[in-house]
Amino acid sequence: MSWFPRDQWYVAAYGSEITHDLFSRTVCGEPVLFWRTRDGVVTAMPDRCVHRRFPLSQPPSRLVDDQVVCGYHGFTYDAGGKCVAVPGQARVPRTARLLPYPVVEQDSFVWVFIGDPAKADAARIPRAPWLVDPGYTTVSGMEPLNARYGLLVDNLLDLSHETYLHGGYIGTPEVASTPITTEVDEDAGIVFVSRHMDDAECPPFYAKSTGLQGRIARWQDIEYTPPCLYKLHSRIAPVGSVPRADGTDPDAFHVEVVYAITPETETSTHDFWAVARDFALGDEEVSAFLADSNRTVVLQDVVALNVLEQVIANEPEGYQELSINIDTGGLAARRMLGRLCGRS
Amino acid sequence: MTAGNRVFRIHWVPGTDRLHAVCHCAAEREFEDPVELWEWLLGHPVGHTS
Repeated sequence: MSWFPRDQWYVAAYGSEITHDLFSRTVCGEPVLFWRTRDGVVTAMPDRCVHRRFPLSQPPSRLVDDQVVCGYHGFTYDAGGKCVAVPGQARVPRTARLLPYPVVEQDSFVWVFIGDPAKADAARIPRAPWLVDPGYTTVSGMEPLNARYGLLVDNLLDLSHETYLHGGYIGTPEVASTPITTEVDEDAGIVFVSRHMDDAECPPFYAKSTGLQGRIARWQDIEYTPPCLYKLHSRIAPVGSVPRADGTDPDAFHVEVVYAITPETETSTHDFWAVARDFALGDEEVSAFLADSNRTVVLQDVVALNVLEQVIANEPEGYQELSINIDTGGLAARRMLGRLCGRS
Repeated sequence: MTAGNRVFRIHWVPGTDRLHAVCHCAAEREFEDPVELWEWLLGHPVGHTS
């Protein structure tokens, strides 16, 4: 049993973070070295020299054209991880090779496969097409979380916490008081949680970005594909407005809130967040407001979950939690993650 | 609503604190505790006479 699901795709970075320069990020306990080759392709390989483990991202290690030169003894690797030069001798040992990670750049993210590379099927990577769709404008970020990834999954699967933790930003009384519907697709491996508020207070996050005043219809439809990708399809509309029979929804504002939940270590997580909207396209003032507001909300979660991690780390074994109706989706997600980790 | 072949559906019964669980085999039952609810759903087909 593993503390995280192996043989899975994880978001390691935004594509914009990877340039023709050495970049390291730990994913599921594995330090991974990235760079973008001169042809624009993202490489991913262990961030450890095979010789004496020196991190290849650590200066004076350096990138020379499309080869990384270890800053300790000069072992040199090509973009495929093959060692092409060692110091003082002509023969490069046959085993001097870094096994590359399967890597895919898609929907603004850089995905890496952690596990047996033979099992990496890029078609299994869940999609978030809005993040690169010209019909949407997106703001995004990543916050380090000093808590286990499961706490962020719990947090995002139960949005009733918005009422209490995010009041004044995205929380209103109706979020916690409106019943949810939960669906679990066992074959697709997806948890859905829906909360449709048909007559709700409009929180500042949406009032200021959409211009809607007064009461609103606010729909939250969560789609979580364990272990990494979480999507919240948020629909904001005047009270009484519903999508038309042909599927169009011209009176509503749509916001796609995307999180990538990537374990760094057993007790820390990369919290990637993105907010894509289909209104006020290109409006920099709205973008700045949504970026600032969403980052504030994410940081409110980070503070709370960091505290929770310490509580859990210091509590005796066997603490008995209590779950109620609002936890139905979170419990489903926990079970799926447990199964992916090898627990029955 | 998803249209897969093996979908569990849980509805919060309007005006109550109860959860209505529907298994992919069409068995259904109401619960007050989501933990018990998941034990029953995941126990399929035990006790799932629809």
